[in-house]
Amino acid sequence: MKIGLFIPCYVDQFYPQVAIATLQLLEKLGLDVDYPLNQTCCGQPMANSGFEKYAKGCDALFTKNFAQYDYIVSPSGSCVLHVKEHLHDDKNPAAAEHIRGRVYELCEFLTDILKVKDLEARFPHKVGFHISCHGQRGLHLSQMSELVAEDFSKPGYLLNMVKDLELIPLNRKDECCGFGGTFCVSEEAVSVKMGKDRVQDHLQHQAEYITGGDMSCLMHLEGILRRQKSPVKVVHIAEILNGSYA
Amino acid sequence: MTSREKILSQVRQNKPVAVPLPENISFATVTAPERLPAFVKSFTGAGGVVGIVSDLASIGRELQVLFDKPERVMNTLPAIGYGLAPDEAIAQGHVLANLEVAVVLGSLGVAENGAIWVSAENIPTRVLPFICEHLVLVLPQSQIVGTMHEAYAVLPKSFPDYGVFIAGPSRTADIEQSLVIGAHGPKRAHVFILEKE
Amino acid sequence: MHNEYIIPTDHATAAEVFLQDEERANWHDKALWFIREKRDVATKQIPDWELLRETASQIKQNVLGNLDNYLEMFEQNALQNGIKVHWAADAAEHNQIVLNIIQQHGIQKLVKSKSMLTEECHLNDYLLENGIDVIDTDLGERVVQLAKEPPSHIVLPCIHKRKEEVGELFHIHLGTEKGASDPAYLTEAARQHLREKFLTSDLAITGVNFAIAETGGFVVCTNEGNADMGAHLAKVHIACMGIEKIIPKAENLGVFLRLLARSATGQPITTYSSHFHRPAKGQEMHLVLVDNGRSVQLGLKDFYNSLKCIRCGACINTCPVYRRSGGHSYHYAISGPIGAILAPNMDMRKNADLPFASTLCGSCTNVCPVKIDIHNQLYKWRQVLGEEGYVPATKKQSMKAMGSLLSNPTLYRIAGKSGRTMMRLLPGLANNKALNPWAKQRDMPAPPKESFRDWYLKNKKQHD
Repeated sequence: MKIGLFIPCYVDQFYPQVAIATLQLLEKLGLDVDYPLNQTCCGQPMANSGFEKYAKGCDALFTKNFAQYDYIVSPSGSCVLHVKEHLHDDKNPAAAEHIRGRVYELCEFLTDILKVKDLEARFPHKVGFHISCHGQRGLHLSQMSELVAEDFSKPGYLLNMVKDLELIPLNRKDECCGFGGTFCVSEEAVSVKMGKDRVQDHLQHQAEYITGGDMSCLMHLEGILRRQKSPVKVVHIAEILNGSYA
Repeated sequence: MTSREKILSQVRQNKPVAVPLPENISFATVTAPERLPAFVKSFTGAGGVVGIVSDLASIGRELQVLFDKPERVMNTLPAIGYGLAPDEAIAQGHVLANLEVAVVLGSLGVAENGAIWVSAENIPTRVLPFICEHLVLVLPQSQIVGTMHEAYAVLPKSFPDYGVFIAGPSRTADIEQSLVIGAHGPKRAHVFILEKE
Repeated sequence: MHNEYIIPTDHATAAEVFLQDEERANWHDKALWFIREKRDVATKQIPDWELLRETASQIKQNVLGNLDNYLEMFEQNALQNGIKVHWAADAAEHNQIVLNIIQQHGIQKLVKSKSMLTEECHLNDYLLENGIDVIDTDLGERVVQLAKEPPSHIVLPCIHKRKEEVGELFHIHLGTEKGASDPAYLTEAARQHLREKFLTSDLAITGVNFAIAETGGFVVCTNEGNADMGAHLAKVHIACMGIEKIIPKAENLGVFLRLLARSATGQPITTYSSHFHRPAKGQEMHLVLVDNGRSVQLGLKDFYNSLKCIRCGACINTCPVYRRSGGHSYHYAISGPIGAILAPNMDMRKNADLPFASTLCGSCTNVCPVKIDIHNQLYKWRQVLGEEGYVPATKKQSMKAMGSLLSNPTLYRIAGKSGRTMMRLLPGLANNKALNPWAKQRDMPAPPKESFRDWYLKNKKQHD
């Protein structure tokens, strides 16, 4: 089975260590992983701003880059959801459909496809897990607090395999952090307030680290933590699961 | 073209494809032995008070303790034997503006939410259960059903001119989400559950 | 001609003003979250809650697909019941019909219980202009009426007001003690004040929660008892409803009444669920069926199912943006997520900002008792607004440029490299609060020296 590694543009540019951790983790699990060198972005920023039409170029490029893989795996719930729901390519509809059905967020790939039972990782810290809305309500990585349904969490299942990691509870377990793509600048005031409140929930429960499956949420929370000169750090779940956080 | 025709023709033209109405879906219910305790829990949860009595006459005795002046109690159930019977004049609800207590028959109770069905047929004027300070409902235990689905299955297909589910005293939480019992309707609601009919 | 339009106070600007008082914003957020939590507790007591939601959604789907038939059936049965039925194509006609009835009876003042439809039609202003005194009797609505403000929430009209502010309003208008702010005291004062209005008003207007095609009756739900107090003490009762409020059968109420209050406030049912079928002796009962854009919306494939809404407000309470921006920032009669997908149906130009007042987190969709895909509709409205030219030109241009850049791997890499270099060399520029809205209250990420791709080429490719 051939895996195509999809690294979102902002992770490629700002958080290479997250991409490295993802790659190393998949390789450690014995997979044949390829990183298509001409990838850029899934097109979500344009589409969410009301311009799906300006994302067509991204769609075509994405389809070209990833059509050949059995699975496409990415350390971002949000980008994966966008591809799953909105990737279309008029010239290659079958290839786009193949990708939509085969694209996985890292955690769900580990739990649902690889059915990982244990991991070699240790992280001796108090950690708060911020579930991204697209990961949760879009990809159903964990149960949504609004529904009357059995509780589960795929990322939580994986974090439980990490030695000495203490997962802290949160008052609002799946409240949005307020990043929201272009929302973070077009509705700057609300976005920041949501982020501050999300950070506060973690601080109140003595988190030393905030982790999550979406670096975009974490980038937003990190921006707030740094501005507050807080010692609390953000770390992508791939770095914890890979045991590579430094 | 009248507005009626205009609206209907536009609806006809634009409506989505029709799907069948879901029917005969069975929802979980409250089992027979659980109905009374569930009802009591719901009604008291809504701020009401529940008494369980064996016959109508004993309601009269309880009312005597609660309200020592029978002239302030309007009683629509003669067998209770306490308070004043409504007379013709109250067809105009306005005369009830200072009424303290109304005693009214509830013909159906719902365990899941403590709601009690009061039908226009059983009250001399519609405003009676709303305008009094203190509402006393009488409900035969045999008439408690589990859920709202069962309630509508039991209610007559030809509805009374007016009927209302009442679940406790009137309330509001409009000011800072603080629950205040006694908005425009009764400040207190009492239900006497009749063990026998 | 490019029809760009800038709204004087768009949602973002109004929200920024709302958030200037952070302590108040925290209070507002907590008050609404408290209701969301009560809703969660109530729903978790119903094991087949999700089945109920699905059933309700299907009933509404059936209604919308047969709406013309149900409307005719309802009309016929209501007429047989002795209810006078009126049809209004738009808000103006609705207001005219109501005014005519009022004037026919020579009435000067009336009481009104909550009706979002009359808010949508701006009935109060219209009646006032025509010399009619309208008293809103829902406590929250009376508060905002005295404050000369619109409701900020469809279920909790004055959720944005603190009790001290209500106390001050009541002191001025109802003569309560100066400085008194105890909710029980203020509620009692409103009770006395409004009871007098109930007793002296010959006409009452109410909304409608559900109208039953099969029986020709309608149901009104309140906790306060104000709809009943008004309607039963008046000689004339006018009930106003949007045409989508029809349900086929009385038994369907079993589904909807189980969902409504639990979703709205976490109560198992509202205190009063009043079923009106025939006028009382000596009374006149009118029912106004209002279209006002609904029959057009019915034809929009992506948007018609927002007509399933039963106005419970659950999506508003759960919305993290609403909780931190307040109902008035939505500048439409219905605020929050549901308002943001209904408002563009009424006026795309004026409400173009609303579908963007969301992170698309999806919580609204999950709490909706009739399963309206609210956040998907927000996304779809964005596409329509983008297509129709209602998104600011600057945003459109930057998205177009971004789209071309990101379609070209070489350009993307050059831009990324120069961007990171610039951020490393001039961190002050990237963190400039005036130039970069991100940086106003957040730090930019520290740029790494190389991209992942650079690392990959160096460390992986050569070993292949």
